[in-house]
Amino acid sequence: MTAHAAAAAPGTRINKLIRRHDKHQDPAGAPRLSPLWTFVAWLATLAFFAPVAWMVLTSFHQEADAATNPPTPFAPFTFDQYSLLFSRDITPFLLNSAMSSVISTLLVLALAVPTAYALSIKPVEKWTDVMFFFLSTKFLPAIAALLPVYMIVKDVGMLDNVWTLIVLYTAMNLPIAVWMMRSFLAEVPKEILEAAEMDGANLLTVLWRVVAPIAMPGLAATSLICFIFSWNEFMFAVNLTATQASTAPVFLVGFITNEGLFLARLCAAATLVSLPVLIAGFAAQDKLVRGLSLGAVK
Amino acid sequence: MTTLTETPDKRRTQPRPGRRRRSTAVSKWRRRVPLLPALVFTIVVTQLPFVATLVISTFQWNILKPGDRHFTGLSNFKFVFTDERLRAAVLNTVVLTASVVLISVVLGLGLAMLLDRKFVGRGLARTLLIAPFLVMPVAAALLWKHAIYNPDYGLLNGTLNAVYQLFGADHGPTIDWISSYPMPAVVIALVWQWTPFMMLILLAGLQAQPGDVLEAARVDGATALATFRFITLPHLRQYLELGILLGTIYVVQTFDAVYTITQGGPGKQTTNLPYEIYLTMFRKYEYGEAAAAGVVVVLGSIVIATFALRTIASLFREEVSR
Repeated sequence: MTAHAAAAAPGTRINKLIRRHDKHQDPAGAPRLSPLWTFVAWLATLAFFAPVAWMVLTSFHQEADAATNPPTPFAPFTFDQYSLLFSRDITPFLLNSAMSSVISTLLVLALAVPTAYALSIKPVEKWTDVMFFFLSTKFLPAIAALLPVYMIVKDVGMLDNVWTLIVLYTAMNLPIAVWMMRSFLAEVPKEILEAAEMDGANLLTVLWRVVAPIAMPGLAATSLICFIFSWNEFMFAVNLTATQASTAPVFLVGFITNEGLFLARLCAAATLVSLPVLIAGFAAQDKLVRGLSLGAVK
Repeated sequence: MTTLTETPDKRRTQPRPGRRRRSTAVSKWRRRVPLLPALVFTIVVTQLPFVATLVISTFQWNILKPGDRHFTGLSNFKFVFTDERLRAAVLNTVVLTASVVLISVVLGLGLAMLLDRKFVGRGLARTLLIAPFLVMPVAAALLWKHAIYNPDYGLLNGTLNAVYQLFGADHGPTIDWISSYPMPAVVIALVWQWTPFMMLILLAGLQAQPGDVLEAARVDGATALATFRFITLPHLRQYLELGILLGTIYVVQTFDAVYTITQGGPGKQTTNLPYEIYLTMFRKYEYGEAAAAGVVVVLGSIVIATFALRTIASLFREEVSR
């Protein structure tokens, strides 16, 4: 690219630089949507967002106003459903969810960061093979592992234990974290690393002063992605827990079958358990695609 | 970038010919140490269960009949391939996965193309659009089942009713969406969740388009359709592949939506393989059969994963050589 740019006339080179800059910003030359298409875009957006909006709206209604036909979106506003949820003991489930997702995320980072280091900054030989080994484990369907996992966990008396979920979620998210962290660490300029080493800086100094500042946003994005996947996990949670260790999604399905249907309270519960992920996801918006595509797309 | 990483390695491992081999081995192991914990952990937690699944799949094993556990060779697999329920589950899995992935790719592409342009409130629209993907899958499934599809007071019939009343009718139709259209009901709920995922990947692809090529096309007077057909689509190909393959891998594993919305029913109309394996395991307690079905799912996934890995590898090589 540089050789190419040097060979071109000065004018085009400047254009190229501007364009390269544009790719990261908003392309100045990018065409605007016509008013008609803007309308279409907003219509589609609102159509997709409507179920979420409906869920949040219903959660602030009384049961009598929630189950009406035709719907009454402008019924009086109340926090009753949320206070009812807490009086019906949603708290232990939220705590289990928080514990399993936060601890598993920390474990994932503790394992993934050194791994990513050994795959990018000081790569082992055949490091791409190692990368693809990690990735391939992500492609094996979890349901096929459920039976042996269930039997082993039962044998060692770890059924209905949050730590079982923590171990499983760590394994589930590790490949994603390794791929993401590698793609971030690969952005640490080699020249700076070499220069620091030449100057005799020790490993910790290099890690702290050179690697950490560049890797920090990546670390944050990676942990948010891992948090989202563990928080939302249902299949292992519902099959390996009973009463003590059940997480928020298990609460959701359980409370429907136990109490019949309370639409407003269901919407309140759904909103409440989705809230942490919505916040995490909006915060990690720019990095979301990188995590979901395992670092393949930026 | 790869060449850059190799240079310091050579320099370090060269010092004295006598100690060369040993120090090379030492330095190799030094480099390997940081990744060993993760590697060992992954092998133990993700690979050993599959070995166990393979072993169990060759046993006749129902925990309701504890005395009757014995090796049966491949007869579980014979069962898996001839059982009508399982064949229905395979078919349902294919239908469910293919429709969810294809519909959400098409919708995602449309949304991505709109969001690639500038318009009023684009940032907000993008944020609102990813919300469906972030709602907890179980919560989303319950939301669709009770708040939207419910025949008496769901949003769908409620809105229909309101529209009918607006035009003077007494009452709109009362459609039981889930019993009347079980598969579309599950598909729509999943498409709603997966479209933002496809949109994000395709939007990233669109924004990685080299601007000068598009500009050249515009200068040369190419129509928008021609530009899309001959420049954008070929460029997007690998992003489309990636979205389709990753989507397939995730959607094949769908458990939450089936468990919550239809419980595989009515009958076995929406029972997909993960749900069927779950039923075999925890309702019929046929461990051998469940394991055999699991092995079949793994083999199927390996086929898809091979293609997925190839696509990711090509994107990855591009990134590394950049």
